Amino acid sequence: MWWRSASFIRDRQNQNPKPSSLLHSALDDSPSPTSTSMAALNPNPNPISAYYQTRAEHHAVVTSDWLAQSVEAAAGDVAVSSGGAEGGSKGEGGGVGVIEEFNYWRKKPDLAEAVAAIMALAAVIRSSEATTMNELDIELKKASNNLKSWDTTSISLSAACDLFIRYVTRTSALEYEDFDAAKRRLIERAEKFGEISLKARKTIAMLSQDFISDGCTILVHGYSRVVLEVLKMAASNKKLFHVLCTEGRPDRTGLRFSKELAALGIPVKLLIDSAVAYAMDEVDMVFVGADGVVESGGIINMMGTYQVALVAHSMNKPVYVAAESYKFARLYPLDQKDLEPALRPIEFGVPIPSGVEVETSARDYTPPQYLTLLFTDLGVLTPSVVSDELIQLYV
Amino acid sequence: MDLRRPNRPVIGPKVRQVGFVTPDSAAATASSSIPAVSAAAAAAAATSAGSPPSSLSPVMIPPPRHPSTEMSNPHFHPVGSYNPSEQILGSPPALSPSRSSRFDADGSDFGGDDDESVALSGVGAGMTPKSSLLMRQPVTKTVPLVSETHKRDSNVSKGKGAGPSAAPKEKLTKAERRATQEAQRAAKAAAKEAAAAGGAPSVSKQPKPATKPATQQKKDVPSGSGLLQPLAPSGSIEKKQGKKEVAAPHPRMQFDDMTKVGKLKKRAVVNQSEARNRVELFRHLPQYEHGTQLPDLELKFFQLDPIHPSVYQVGLQFLSDKISGGNGRCIAMLLAFKEVIQDYTTPPEKTLTRDLGAKVGSCVSFLIECRPLSVSMGNAIRFLKNRISSLPHNLSDKEAKSRLQSDIDRFINEKIIIASKAIVEHGVSKIRDGDVLLTYGSPSVVESIFAYAHGIKKNFRVVVVDSRPKHEGQGLLRRLVERGIHCTYTHLNAVSYVMHEVTRVFLGASSVLSNGTVYSRVGTACVAMVAHAFRVPVLVCCEAYKFHERVQLDSICSNELGDPDAISKVSGRKDLNYLDGWAQNENIQLLNLKYDATPSDYVSVLVTEQGMLPPTSVPVIIREYGIERLWT
Repeated sequence: MWWRSASFIRDRQNQNPKPSSLLHSALDDSPSPTSTSMAALNPNPNPISAYYQTRAEHHAVVTSDWLAQSVEAAAGDVAVSSGGAEGGSKGEGGGVGVIEEFNYWRKKPDLAEAVAAIMALAAVIRSSEATTMNELDIELKKASNNLKSWDTTSISLSAACDLFIRYVTRTSALEYEDFDAAKRRLIERAEKFGEISLKARKTIAMLSQDFISDGCTILVHGYSRVVLEVLKMAASNKKLFHVLCTEGRPDRTGLRFSKELAALGIPVKLLIDSAVAYAMDEVDMVFVGADGVVESGGIINMMGTYQVALVAHSMNKPVYVAAESYKFARLYPLDQKDLEPALRPIEFGVPIPSGVEVETSARDYTPPQYLTLLFTDLGVLTPSVVSDELIQLYV
Repeated sequence: MDLRRPNRPVIGPKVRQVGFVTPDSAAATASSSIPAVSAAAAAAAATSAGSPPSSLSPVMIPPPRHPSTEMSNPHFHPVGSYNPSEQILGSPPALSPSRSSRFDADGSDFGGDDDESVALSGVGAGMTPKSSLLMRQPVTKTVPLVSETHKRDSNVSKGKGAGPSAAPKEKLTKAERRATQEAQRAAKAAAKEAAAAGGAPSVSKQPKPATKPATQQKKDVPSGSGLLQPLAPSGSIEKKQGKKEVAAPHPRMQFDDMTKVGKLKKRAVVNQSEARNRVELFRHLPQYEHGTQLPDLELKFFQLDPIHPSVYQVGLQFLSDKISGGNGRCIAMLLAFKEVIQDYTTPPEKTLTRDLGAKVGSCVSFLIECRPLSVSMGNAIRFLKNRISSLPHNLSDKEAKSRLQSDIDRFINEKIIIASKAIVEHGVSKIRDGDVLLTYGSPSVVESIFAYAHGIKKNFRVVVVDSRPKHEGQGLLRRLVERGIHCTYTHLNAVSYVMHEVTRVFLGASSVLSNGTVYSRVGTACVAMVAHAFRVPVLVCCEAYKFHERVQLDSICSNELGDPDAISKVSGRKDLNYLDGWAQNENIQLLNLKYDATPSDYVSVLVTEQGMLPPTSVPVIIREYGIERLWT
């Protein structure tokens, strides 16, 4: 249905050269993966944000059309990966192999994108033929740059890459007997990251229990695994609360979320996205997840979070954000347009009149002054502490 | 209190102490002291006690306390009474001996109970001023806003009124005086700010035309001599302590304190004649007429051997505004210090670390006389002194000197030059094609950001906002236009008009304080507020060495006053002569402020070499990368 929409047609036109260029990059790019050539031959020129595509695949109420499209995309990826696997293994590593590895992990619905990124980097270490820490460092940096430029819209991907590189830089081979031991240690650490990520969610859920009281009403926007964990734990602690769930157009993640909540026995009411202000006076708190937490303490999240936060702020309702600390990114958007555009197709159900443009951005930026608290695995933080943590981590 | 009461019989001396300073006796002494003062002086006493809060606006000028209260009876400070007056001082002469002896006794007999006894004595001593204040409060309230002449009268009559009270004071024994001294030292740290705010009306308030303030100062002294003479011992203590410290005026010195300003003048090299009609709110800031002293100072060049010629040169350049801007001044100063260190030889029987530190201190005090230090310079000086004092003692002169010089070079290089390069890189990332960027004044870092962005072929336009009287923006405008950047030039008055087309505001800063307040060229706050109202992001570009752990809420407490003539005259307009001879008219007060404070709410982001940070992160940077933690 939605392929009839103008945006889709435009997107498809842009998309058409994609497979050839991806193959092209797979074959030709590996010898000279310098940063300039990376920028010139962006391995993923698809204007549709890969991050939001994955999210939609995992959490959206999937229409048959979408399913068909994603199967197609997956098939394309497989074709590429089979072609690239050889190139990756015989190339100097890093190049393309990391992207397939990432895509392989990314398809698993339970894994956060950051975990997939780190798994991919771990695979690079495993297949690396470097003999010194320094070489490995350079190789990893190359791989992570590849990965980051493959999907520039995913904040948790780039944050996780930075985090892991930082960890590698801080791990010196001197601490271990030899280089191989250090390498093993890094791989072990990377493989544990999935566990760490799950543990972080549990920690956040524990921390936020104090904020959910009996009889309160919570407004939720978007599908967030952390928020789901929080509400799940609250329900298992026999707390009685209501949840208002926004629909979450265009991929209707809210529908999916409300289904999961209803399965847990939590009373849940579904709102259309434009009913937020109408429903706000009966809400006690707003709970959202985050795609990324930026240096200012603001968050980047699914489209609509900013307006939910604005409405909540104007009615003096607290806005709580649940986010793992690996989503903290060294970014500082000054306004909404000061971000890498992350586009996605939007289905309107009816043909779009010709000459009408569609805003297809998938995310927005909520400035810190509209957020009350951030629940992270580092503790319950005010927005201004985010920068403190980031400074200690990266500078 | 209830917990302590059962203990009291056990601890002998405390019972005696508490018994002695009962509220009743205190009230009696206070009340008896009031009749002692003549009826004429009563009003004056009331003004001296209570006028400051009533006469001044709710601005943070500490209530003028009379110097005598400060020095002779510091016991009152820890108690928290804010305004003990002469009467209390004079009347219970027996109070202080008992107290001092009690302190001794406590020290020897009841070492373990010190805090308790202090707390108790605090209560005991607190009664006196409190009760007397209570009695005086009604009088205070009836006194309306005090006029200039009234104050002058009060100054004279105060002298008379204090006469009788001064007499018993001279009977202080040696032991008492020693106790007072000790307590003074303890109280000094706490009371430093307040002490500097001493209450005597400043020199410039005198009705006579201030042609020669130095002589005026002398004339003033006899009029208040009734007060000052009994203070001789404590005054000398002050002096001794002053010598131990650096000779420079304390950076936070309050310039409405007559005695301190007088002392400062005696030491001063630069002939500081004061501008006369100072604005009431800004009296605590130093203000000098700059115009005439340059030739004067040049004449002195050959008489002043202790000051190194390069420092002298830099000082003159500061004075004449040849060098301005935080980085420029800081680099000039550090290079001058480098030459000082180069030409330095340790005198016999002295150590380098101590003597060189003192020498640098005297250079700094000369520079302060030329122009108050900026925060960046203060931080650089702190760094240098830190390096000097942490030199190992066994180093030879040559090694020590070369080490210090390389330290200075490293500071200039890492903290200023490389830092600005890093800032440029961060700043450019926020410039997009088609942006309209606004800047105010002539911040050097912002200029290099624009130049770099133009160099990498970004397509943008610049609005340079400028203001009287310095017109620094014109220099920036010229340099930008020469590079081929499309510019618009306007004055601060039009900022609300141009703001709607602007997409980013880039500002510089003289310093950033730890609450995120940006202290910068006057007018910056205005630009930032207009930008905030138009929802335009404000980027403040500032190197991290300009961060300061101080907190400031307004532009009044700490600021710098420029030459009032600069705003009264319009260059090129001979017909605008309405303010000619304004200095003779008492009703005109001209205010030429140099800095203002922008609250952190109006700042979207701070661009530093550590990256882009929210203004709330300044304390984090100070904590993690403060000047103190540099290579120590």
